[in-house]
Amino acid sequence: MSYIDNILFVVLLALGFGYFALNVKKLVRNIRLGRKINRFDNPNARWKNMALIALGQSKMVRRPVAGILHIIVYVGFVLINLELLEIIIDGIFGTHRLFSFMGGFYNFLIASFELLALGVIVSVTAFWIRRNIIKLWRFAHGDLKGWPKSDANIILYFETVLMLLFLTMNAADGYLQSIHAHHYAHAGSFPVSGFISPLFNGMSEGTAIIIERTAWWLHIAGILAFMNYLYFSKHLHILLAFPNTYFARLDAKGKFENNPTVTAEVKLMMDPNADPFAAAPPAAEGEAPAKFGASDVQDLNWVQLLNAYTCTECGRCTSSCPANQTGKKLSPRLIMMKTRDRLEEVGRNIDANKGTFVDDGKMLLNDYITPEELWACTTCNGCVEACPVNIDPLSIIMDMRQYLVMEQSAAPTELNSMMANIENNGAPWQYSQMDRANWKDEL
Amino acid sequence: MSQESINVPTMADMMATGQQPEVLFWVGCSGSFDDRAKKITKAFVKLLNSAGVSFAILGSEESCTGDPAKRSGNEFLFQMQAMANIEVLNAYEVKKIVTACPHCFNTLKNEYPGLGGTYDVVHHTQFLKSLLDDGRLTIEGGQFKGKKITFHDPCYLGRANNIYEAPRELMDKLDAELLEMKRSKRNGLCCGAGGAQMFKEPEKGNKDVNVERTEDALETQPEIIAAGCPFCNTMLTDGVKAKNREHDIKVMDVAELIATAKDL
Repeated sequence: MSYIDNILFVVLLALGFGYFALNVKKLVRNIRLGRKINRFDNPNARWKNMALIALGQSKMVRRPVAGILHIIVYVGFVLINLELLEIIIDGIFGTHRLFSFMGGFYNFLIASFELLALGVIVSVTAFWIRRNIIKLWRFAHGDLKGWPKSDANIILYFETVLMLLFLTMNAADGYLQSIHAHHYAHAGSFPVSGFISPLFNGMSEGTAIIIERTAWWLHIAGILAFMNYLYFSKHLHILLAFPNTYFARLDAKGKFENNPTVTAEVKLMMDPNADPFAAAPPAAEGEAPAKFGASDVQDLNWVQLLNAYTCTECGRCTSSCPANQTGKKLSPRLIMMKTRDRLEEVGRNIDANKGTFVDDGKMLLNDYITPEELWACTTCNGCVEACPVNIDPLSIIMDMRQYLVMEQSAAPTELNSMMANIENNGAPWQYSQMDRANWKDEL
Repeated sequence: MSQESINVPTMADMMATGQQPEVLFWVGCSGSFDDRAKKITKAFVKLLNSAGVSFAILGSEESCTGDPAKRSGNEFLFQMQAMANIEVLNAYEVKKIVTACPHCFNTLKNEYPGLGGTYDVVHHTQFLKSLLDDGRLTIEGGQFKGKKITFHDPCYLGRANNIYEAPRELMDKLDAELLEMKRSKRNGLCCGAGGAQMFKEPEKGNKDVNVERTEDALETQPEIIAAGCPFCNTMLTDGVKAKNREHDIKVMDVAELIATAKDL
């Protein structure tokens, strides 16, 4: 008895999980480059959001066609991966279909996995058609040029191949069971691959075993490869949708954060007893950002950076954006994509410089996101409402506007006049505050 | 048809006579100065008066909530405005505020509490709805019976604060035919004014947002486009003009519809 298979398997597993862990570590490090913000309050509401929105896909089905197809792929992948456990144990110990002792229940499981696999293939094909034949507006959009476009298709091909390997493996297994091959005890029920099995009729046991083993090995190797592909892909959402919905904002969407540093300053200004010559009080640890607003990824908070990694570039935000729908440059999806691109660039910079970021003369602002995009936003929350996993592109836009205005005095001229009016006469227009109630006389 | 002039006291008047009104009516800059929005203010005051609501305004002590400053990125100016307003509101011991502007509503309701100003803030459609429920306000169908009306959800009332039903429930009483646009409620398209866009030219594009939104409304073939925000009102009025439909389509605030139905 040779243990080469088992050893090879363990090495493959270790490589797969090891490299994945390495990238997860990088991911966490990059997300933690963001500002601190407390999103650990109110766990009940947070768990509920995660259960409804990520687990329950409640926002996905608002667009029913995409929503239902997505649920099939999602349930398929989650459940079929239960079989991964068996595959891993079989692989390590050289057993075959170890869980088959469960008898009827095992048959039920395998049968449901097969039906789901078929469902996944059908749904993924529909996705591919929507993307490449029908060319849905969201997917044909200019946001998705080059890598994002290929990335989306690679994922669809990957998923199809994995499902086909799974079915081929079962089909060969079913055939081997039918010819009473040694080591292939009767186990499982094959409602889908049962239709493929007859293709093997008359094949020698040895060839069928080679096919079964090849499909088995490619299936597990493929899953490991897919897992490692995630970090380089928009497909990270399959993992990050869960923390992302948990840590999403719970407040009313209209509530924008009040900057605490500004509050301290304004209070001081309005306090008649304040000593105008007093030294500034030392900033409390963890707060008091060095600057107002955000010009680079490190100025954003960690949830905004998590948002960027979670985005799967579906474009529902952009298709709901009034600015984008009327031809303006702003695309909320692109805001997320650019934030991630810049964050990864900063991450690579840190990797290359032994753990510290060395100024590369670039910023998220201007080098990635232009003021023209930022000023086109109407703050309507359409993008936030549309996102199936509660990403908040609007908060990034607002933080960057704050930087433009408070650090660079770079507001559009008309907005400067509006703000001067508010400062001088308490209204965005040039009317005297004393005249505010003049309408009373017209009653 | 009320001939006698309606008394609109200020908080200062009230305080001088030792009275505390049931509610403060926050008029807002638009409702105070914009000719179109002033009509909404007046319609709402007439409704308050006819329902016998004891209310007051701040008058010359009211100042911009700071919403357009904050949404332009000027957090400093926003907080200056907010804290000055909060000082005034707290000095008058204001408990409840009603406003016809969703932007004021959102800012007062959501952003003032963190700065020391906590009040029960309601939008005028919510307030009118509560008057209706309490039997203090009646709404007759009258001249709007059978008219086709489509309601445009203001972003800062709808998505921002999840208020979709109050304006619709009020208009239900008009016996009109309420039509929903293809993008409505949480999917409603912005009128284009929010985020301080009202005060600047739009960025370069191929269309104005208000025209896009007006087209949504026109698809329902309405006689009246109803709004619940003075800025949406302006944007949609401009949109209707851009489509040369001002002769047969009116843009009206929910409060104006009800006041007109009551012949106030």
